[in-house]
This record gives sequence, C-alpha cells and structure tokens, in this order.
Amino acid sequence: MIKFLLMVNKQGQTRLSKYYEQVELGKRAALEADVVRGCLARRKEECSFVEYKDYKLVYRQYAALFVVVGITENENELSIYELVHNFVEVLDKYFSRVIMFNLDKVHIILDEMILNGHIVETNKNRILALLALDKMAES
Amino acid sequence: MALKIVKGSIDRMFDKNLQDLVRGIRNHKDDEAKYISTCIDEIKQELKQDNIAVKANAVCKLTYLQMLGYDVSWAAFNIVEVMSSSKFTYKRIGYLAASQCFHEGTDVIMLTTNQIRKDLSSPNQYDTGVALTGLSCFVTPDLARDLANDIMTLMSHTKPYIRKKAVLIMYKVFLKYPESLRPAFPRLKEKLEDPDPGVQSAAVNVICELARRNPKNYLSLAPLFFKLMTSSTNNWVLIKIIKLFGALTPLEPRLGKKLIEPLTNLIHSTSAMSLLYECVNTVIAVLISLSSGMPNHSASIQLCVQKLRILIEDSDQNLKYLGLLAMSKILKTHPKSVQSHKDLILQCLDDKDESIRLRALDLLYGMVSKKNLMEIVKKLMLHVDKAEGTTYRDELLTKIIDICSQSNFQYITNFEWYISILVELTRLEGTRHGHLIASQMLDVAIRVKAIRGFAVAQMATLLDNAHLLTGNTQRNGICEVLYAAAWICGEFSEHLEDPMQTLEAMLRPKVATLPGHIQAVYVQNAAKLFATVLRKHDGETESQAAQETSQLLIDRLPLFVQSANLEVQERASCILQLVKYIQKLQQKNVEVAEEVTALFAGELNPVAPKAQKKVPIPEGLDLDAWINEPPSESESEDEKPKAVFAKEEPKHSRSRHTEVDEKELARRREVRKQEQANNPFYIKASPSSQKVYDAPGVEHIPVVQIDLSVPLKVPGMPMSDQYLKLEVERRQKEKAERKKKEKKKKREKRGKERKADSGPESEEDITPAHQVDIVTEEMPENALPSDDDDKDPNDPHKALDIDLDKYVPYCRHLQFIHVLHIVYDIQGNHQDESKVVVSVIFENKSDSFLKSMEFNVLDSLNSKLQRPEGAGAHDSLTVPFQLPPGQDTHAFLFVSSVSVSIVAVCIDCFLMQSDESSTHEKLDFKLHFTCTSYLITTPCYSDAYAKLLESGDLKGSSLRLEGINMPFHHLLARICFHHHFSVVERIDSCASMYSRSIQGHHVCLLVKTTVSIDAKCDEPSLLGNVLDEIKQTFSKC
Repeated sequence: MIKFLLMVNKQGQTRLSKYYEQVELGKRAALEADVVRGCLARRKEECSFVEYKDYKLVYRQYAALFVVVGITENENELSIYELVHNFVEVLDKYFSRVIMFNLDKVHIILDEMILNGHIVETNKNRILALLALDKMAES
Repeated sequence: MALKIVKGSIDRMFDKNLQDLVRGIRNHKDDEAKYISTCIDEIKQELKQDNIAVKANAVCKLTYLQMLGYDVSWAAFNIVEVMSSSKFTYKRIGYLAASQCFHEGTDVIMLTTNQIRKDLSSPNQYDTGVALTGLSCFVTPDLARDLANDIMTLMSHTKPYIRKKAVLIMYKVFLKYPESLRPAFPRLKEKLEDPDPGVQSAAVNVICELARRNPKNYLSLAPLFFKLMTSSTNNWVLIKIIKLFGALTPLEPRLGKKLIEPLTNLIHSTSAMSLLYECVNTVIAVLISLSSGMPNHSASIQLCVQKLRILIEDSDQNLKYLGLLAMSKILKTHPKSVQSHKDLILQCLDDKDESIRLRALDLLYGMVSKKNLMEIVKKLMLHVDKAEGTTYRDELLTKIIDICSQSNFQYITNFEWYISILVELTRLEGTRHGHLIASQMLDVAIRVKAIRGFAVAQMATLLDNAHLLTGNTQRNGICEVLYAAAWICGEFSEHLEDPMQTLEAMLRPKVATLPGHIQAVYVQNAAKLFATVLRKHDGETESQAAQETSQLLIDRLPLFVQSANLEVQERASCILQLVKYIQKLQQKNVEVAEEVTALFAGELNPVAPKAQKKVPIPEGLDLDAWINEPPSESESEDEKPKAVFAKEEPKHSRSRHTEVDEKELARRREVRKQEQANNPFYIKASPSSQKVYDAPGVEHIPVVQIDLSVPLKVPGMPMSDQYLKLEVERRQKEKAERKKKEKKKKREKRGKERKADSGPESEEDITPAHQVDIVTEEMPENALPSDDDDKDPNDPHKALDIDLDKYVPYCRHLQFIHVLHIVYDIQGNHQDESKVVVSVIFENKSDSFLKSMEFNVLDSLNSKLQRPEGAGAHDSLTVPFQLPPGQDTHAFLFVSSVSVSIVAVCIDCFLMQSDESSTHEKLDFKLHFTCTSYLITTPCYSDAYAKLLESGDLKGSSLRLEGINMPFHHLLARICFHHHFSVVERIDSCASMYSRSIQGHHVCLLVKTTVSIDAKCDEPSLLGNVLDEIKQTFSKC
C-alpha cells in the first residue's frame, strides 16, 4: 500500500504532499525533510529505492522535480516506479508547462489514480475525464 | 440586491487566487512568514463573506498553506460549507480541503454525515466520486458505521467509476468499523468477477490487503484468484494477485505446488520486470513454504537464481538492487544455489551505489561457510581500506564482525586469525565502533580458552602501542579497544611473557588522557598485573624486581588518585594504599605474593544476557507482599525516624561485637560452599580455574603451538593474511595426510575394490585449527520458556480477523445437505425504488459437477421475479454458470415488489440442477424477505424530523429489549447497520433515528439508554414487523 506521495523541487521544498495514512501535521514537516534529504542526496547512478524506517521510498527525478512515494514493504517497488512515470505522463499531457499554479488540479489527477493508497486508474483518458468536465464547467 | 451581487463580483476580481498566493510566496522569500500571515488575515476576511465562490477560493488557498505546514483547523467549518455547495467545482475544492486537513479528531466531521450521504447518492457520478475520494482520507469510526450501508450499495452501482471507488473505500470502512466486513464480504467477493477490469483490480487490492493480515480467512478464494491470474492481462493486478498467493501458500502447501507451473511460465514469458520480480519473489516464498523434500523444484530455484543473476548484471541500478534483495530471500533456504554466485556478489561491493553495496554485504553474511570465511573477510578487509566515507566503512566493519561472530563463531576455524583481524580493524581511522571491536575481543578471549595466550600477547602489543590509537583526538571511538586490551592482559596475565613491560605501558602518564571508564579498568588491571609479577618472582629472596614493581606503582598511581573521575580515583587510592602496605611487608622480607594473588583468584564465566530474566520466581515468594508492614497512616511523622533508629541500634552493636573463632568461620565457609554448590544460579569457579595459579591446566595449552611464528610485535602491519596463508597450508597438509591415509587403506584393500576419488573439499572435512571449546553462556537451570508475543495489540487489522466461512448471522443461509449451499442478502435498490436486489451465492457441496441450474420464483401478489423481456410469467432463469464441486459463485436477481403494504413475505423458489449423469433434481426453498430489506437508509435533518412527528400522521408503538448490556453507541450502530436506520440526533440518554421504506413510509425511532424503543410510523404493519426484527437481531447477541 502507498503511504504517501510527495512532489519536491531540487531545493527540497515540498510542492505537493498527499498522505494516505494519517500523519500529524506537526510530524509531516520533519518526515518530509527527512525523506527528501535521503532522496536528494543520492547520485544519478544510485538506485531509486531507499529503505527508510519501516517504509520503502521510491523516487524519480524529472528535471528539477522529484516525485517520492513512500510504500509499505509488501508493495512492488518496480510497479510503483512505473506508476510515478505514468503520473508524470498524465501531468505532462494535461499541463502545458507549469504545474505549480494548478496544484488543485494535480490533486484531482492524483485522486483519480490513487485511492486509499491503492492504484485505481492508469488510463490517461479516464484519469483526465473529470478535469475535462471541470474545464467545461469553468468556461 | 443586484448592486450587492455586482459589488461581490468586483471584489472577487481583486481577491488573490491560488496562483497569486503561490507566486506571492515566491516573491517574498525574505519575509515569507509575514507575507503568509497577512494572506491568512485576508482569507479570514474572505471566509466571512456570503459568496460561496469567494469562500471556495479562500479554502483552496488554505489547502495550499496547510500543505506548507500551517495549521488551518480553525477553518474546518468553512470547509464543510464549501463541501455542501451544489456546484461541483466548489464541492470538489471543499472535499479536497477536507481530505487534506480533516482527521479523526476534527469535530466538525460529525456535521458532514448527512451531506456525504447526499453526495453519495447524487445522480451525478462525479459528486459521488469526489465524496468517496474525500471519505477515504477522513473516515472516522462514526462515519464508517453510518455510511457503511450506503457505500456497500454503491459497490453495485451501474457505473464502474463509482463501483471501483466504493470497493476501495470499503477497506477503510472495514478498518474503522470491523463489523461491516462480514455482511459486505459476499459483495466484495462478487466484485472479483466484475466485468470492468478496474473494479476487479480494486477488489483484488482490497482482498490482498485483508489477506495479508489474516490470510487464513481468504484461502477459500484461491480458486477464484487462480482463474484471475491465468486470465488477467493487467500487470498491476497480476502483481497483486501473485502477492496474495505468496501470503496464502504458507497455509496451504497444495496451493503452492499448483502455483509453481503458472508462475514459472510467467517468469519465462513476461517482459515486464516488475511482474518478473514479483513472480520470482513468490516462487521463492512458495518454495520456502513447501517442504524441502521436493527434488524437482530445484529447477525452479535455479531458474529464479538465473533470472536474478540477469537482474543483478543489468546496468539498471534499480534492477540490480532488487535482484540482490530477492537473492537474500533465496539464501535463507537454499544457500548452496546462491553461493555459486559469490563472484557476482563480491563484484557488487565495488558498486558506486551504497545501497547496493549494503545489500551485497547482507548477502555475504549468509553465504559464508567454514571454507570461504577467511577469503570473504579478506576481500572485505580490502574494501575497508578502499572505502570512502566513514558510514560505509563502519557498516563494513560491523558486517565483518557480524559475519565472523554469527551463530556462536560457527564458521571460525582459526581464532588466531580472528584476533588478528580484530587488531587490524583497530587501525581504522575514525570509526565509531571501537566498542564493538572491544566486546568481540573480550568475548573471544573469555570464551575460547585455547586462544588466551595468543590474545594476551596481541593485547599487550596494543597496549604498548596505545599512542597509535589515541594519538589523534578525533579517533576517540577506537580507544574503547584499550578497555578490552587492558582487561584481557590483566585477567589472563599468567599468559603474559613480560608482565612488567605491560604494567609499565598501562601506567604511562598519557593514560590519564583516556576516558574515565577506561582508566578505571587500567588501574584495576594494573593491580592484577602487579599480583602476577609478584608471583613470578615468588621464592626469590630479596627480589629486586618485585620491589621495583611496587615502587613503580607507588610512583605512578598518584596521577590517577588525582583523577576527576570518581571511579578512577577510588580504585587508584585503594590500590595505592594496598601497594604501600605490600611494600612495607616486602621490606621486611615477608612472602606476600600468594596473598596478593588471592585477591584476584577465581574465574569469571560468561552469563547469557537473558539469564537474570529467566530465573523463575521460587515457589512461595510473593514479590508484592510487604517485607515490613508499612507504618499505619495515623502515626505522626516525627515519630517515625525515631522508631527506625531505636530498632537498628542494637543490631549494629551486636554484629560488631560478635567474636567468631576460626573453627566457626571454617565451618560457615564449608556450609556456604555447600550451598553454592547446590545453587544453580551461583556462578561457580570451575575446579580447573583454581588450578590455574598453581600449574596451568592441560586444557589451557593450545593444541597447535604458535611456533609457526609470525612476528607478533610489528605494529601497523596487517598480519591476518599470513594466517590465511597458514590456514590454507594447514588445510592442504591435512588433506594430503588424509589422502595418504586413504591411499594406505587403499593399498591394504587393493584388489578388493576401487575407491572413488575424493571430490572437492567438503564443509565437514575442515577441522578447526584449535580444539576450540567455546564456553556456552550460563543460563539458570529451570529457565522459563520465553513467551514473547510480538503481536501488536493496537494493530487495527486484528479486528478484521474474522472467519468469513463461519455462519454469517446477517445474511441468510439455506443449505441442502450435501448438495448446495445458498447464501443470500437482500438490499433496497437505490436506482429503482420499486425493486429489491437479491444477491445469492451458490456453493456446490456435492462431489459432482453442476452443469446447469435454473432458478424460478412463483410470483405472488407481493413480489415478482424480474425476468428478461419476452419471457413468460412462469419461465425460469438460467443461472449463467456451471459449478465444479467445492466452488461457489454469485448471481443477482431483481425482484420487484408491488405490494401496497409491505409485510415480510416469503418467495417460493425452486432450482433445477443436473449433474454429470444428467439427473435432474428440483429443490424448493423459500427466500425470507424481512421488512428491513425494504428500508433504505435516508438522512433526515432534525427540524424535518420534528415536523414529521408533529404532523400526527404517524402511529406509535414501543418495544423493550431485555438483557442487553452493550454500550449505547454499539446499540445504535447495530440498529443503523442491520436495519438501515440513520441517527438524526443524539441527546445524552436517548437518540432519535429515522429510515424510509422504498415506498416512502417514514419510520421514526426514539431509542433510550434504558433500552426501550418508542417507534412511530405511518404504516402500522410495517412498524410491527420492523420492531420484531430489531428484537430478533438483539436476541441473537
């Protein structure tokens, strides 16, 4: 099961965080800092899986953006690694450039893909169906 | 009014939206906190406005700020407001904010129940979707209880989009409200065969998660999953299913055997690495759970190892890492197959990635044998030298020690080699693990008696060269080693060649710079060495050397007496006085050696770390009983101390004045010795240890003399290699000798038979260099068996350990003995209120195959089976599947009910079955429709509820439940859950509840803590039946 998903920039600032298991607000900052430090410090030639406390972290870097996913030890690392890529592809498809200003939309996409810490949808069109509806409502 | 609206929209133009906020925070890097606090002030203003668009915008910004770590719990109520907006765009923002900010402690969640229920049953699937998504983040036990039924209904929604979400949310509902698992399970199971792959995948996910914690309850699903595994093409789903099988196989070995083949096929065929990895992992798990007596499975293991080798050799670091990870699992059960890849794993130690190196190290730990230990450690020592960064080097160091010391030094054949490895490790710069090395040195020196002579010599060298270890203040960690060195030299000083020199080394002024606890050991052991020196010169008249030693101590010890460390100071002054006294005696030519030696006589035996805990409490000992009765409270306080003194005084004087003559003392000593001898908990000096000081016992002589002399006193030179060489030579020599013997034998037997040539050296052939007697740690004789319970009582999944095969009280069962078992459940249909859905599980209990089944209902006035169009009124439905023996499956039936007044009805049904011999059989049964089936959980606001009661249309009735002793909220939960009611309002000792029948009859209940129920309804017969059913529900518990 997926415990949390973070999007972090190269400076280590959290851009988006989503927890699938309740973590106290006070503890989130420390956890994020810890997790991010662990991943950012790694070099390109090092593998994308890190053991962290009782989680496993799977991370991927896209230019200046890091996506870090915390998973339980019974989750398949490679499938999550692919999921991250799928997620980023969906983002890429929907947003022309900057996603920072549309965080609520990123949340929608994420909620369509992962629910309750499990993968629910990986089809790009179906994921974006809700946003298309939203766009129609706005215009 | 119009003006107000215009004004509102103009205001909005100047409001910051999320984009402005993000940009603003970026532009105020220096005073971010201040900027955000002004933003929060603005948001507070915006939230006060009536315009929902403004509020939604404000809540949207708050969600972002919450993510940055700001507390926004104060806006919880506003979030609820935005959630209840009718416009989807705003509702979504509200739910997003709620899902990010709400948690179990948020009190406004209570207010959301009805809103969420409304959204769940909204005709717009996206409203329902967003409510489900939100719910997954903040569902509380109360929400779970109140909404379980609604979500369960959504699991059969027409849209797969809703179904899949509802299925996944059910997992959270189960966790929060475990009672819902049993009634929901049949439907969950049926979703495994949903036509939509997304819903299927969701159901697989949930069952996987459930089964991971309590696998035994889900074994019966194995055939279904087996079918899914062979039919599904979605890798994400396959991975989950395969994982589930991994959890199930330990419980059902037969399943494992069946699995091997399809899994190996997948391994061969798939191109997806993630799936391959999962298959390999599960095959490993399966093989581990199967008994080892399965020779044909070695092929599967070989296949796994081969595939893993490919992963490890891949240039992709991720694959390499996972390959090593999986390899370590194989290692536990099939070490031999992994050991052949030693070269590859050693290569990984050179990898650029530290985590890969660490994985490789883990593997090496399990790969060592007596044969290769020295070689592997030699490689590791090379890596220690090369390693960059202290963390990795420290990791290497601990691994070396772990590898060598595992299972009681099982793989070490030559302890001289090990000691020299430890000594080499002390030369590591900046390690934190001095303590670890020290404890190993102590452990080996104490437990391997044969090595003591060698160890002492090495330690003496270390002490002599202490400046190398302490020279640099940054290398503090390593000086812990000196603690061990000093203790070993002191305790086993009889093995020292030149105790005088060591003593001198231990009393150098530089020692005073060491940490206190080490100095303390130095001082104490200097005294032991002193005793040894004295004994050495015993018998020599006017021994110059002995007196010199005393003088040395008297000269050097004052340095320690001045120490700031109390322990050092105390020991030093004690010993200094002793030495001064001894010096006086020496000057009078009194023989002192024996008495001084007696101070340190006796041997310390290792005691198991758990020994103390394991000592059973003797019979009759009550640890809670008072030894002295506590003084009664009435006693005034100033009297107490007096009483204590008065009691104690005579005791003191008595003991001081008792004179005991020698005989008495001797007798007492004898008694005590006897007692100790009989006491298993007393650590005895073994008889041999007492001999040590007279003449060294036979067992203290190393079997192999160290005359293969290696220069021992060359500090800074690695020497373990030499031992490695010697060891190899020794083994070869032994082997040669063995061969010679064999040849001899052969020669004797020549002509009789030809002997097979001796193959490669096997593990058993290697004999240890020393007769190593590893002293086992002492344990109390009647130690209690450990009863460590590692189950966490707070684990939420414990509550979900429900045997789902057991009788399900909430679904009705029908059983035709030996033939068919039918479970059914009836629910009101949200989409079409004139119908109820009957879901039925047929389970074939017979030994024969059920080829076809037909299901029919004799329509009555009250109920009708919904038949496909064109079918006659009496035609039966064919159940669309066949049933192999022992399997079960699901069917849905829609029954439309046309009754004006609903009463409990029974539907006469019959079923046609035919088995292989084509016999037909008709089974009649009745489906019992309770009134509850016709009730639909419907939210009701308290004002509407009050109006309803006031209207006077409702007729009353009441019920008392006897013998109920459960908490009130449990009682309510049961009524809600089993009878589809919702709580309208709860005031202290009573609660009002509401539900509606599918024909729109209102049912109102007032439940009191005195367990009486006042009920009102506009349809008396319905009410009567519902109350009867409630009574029945509670009579079951």
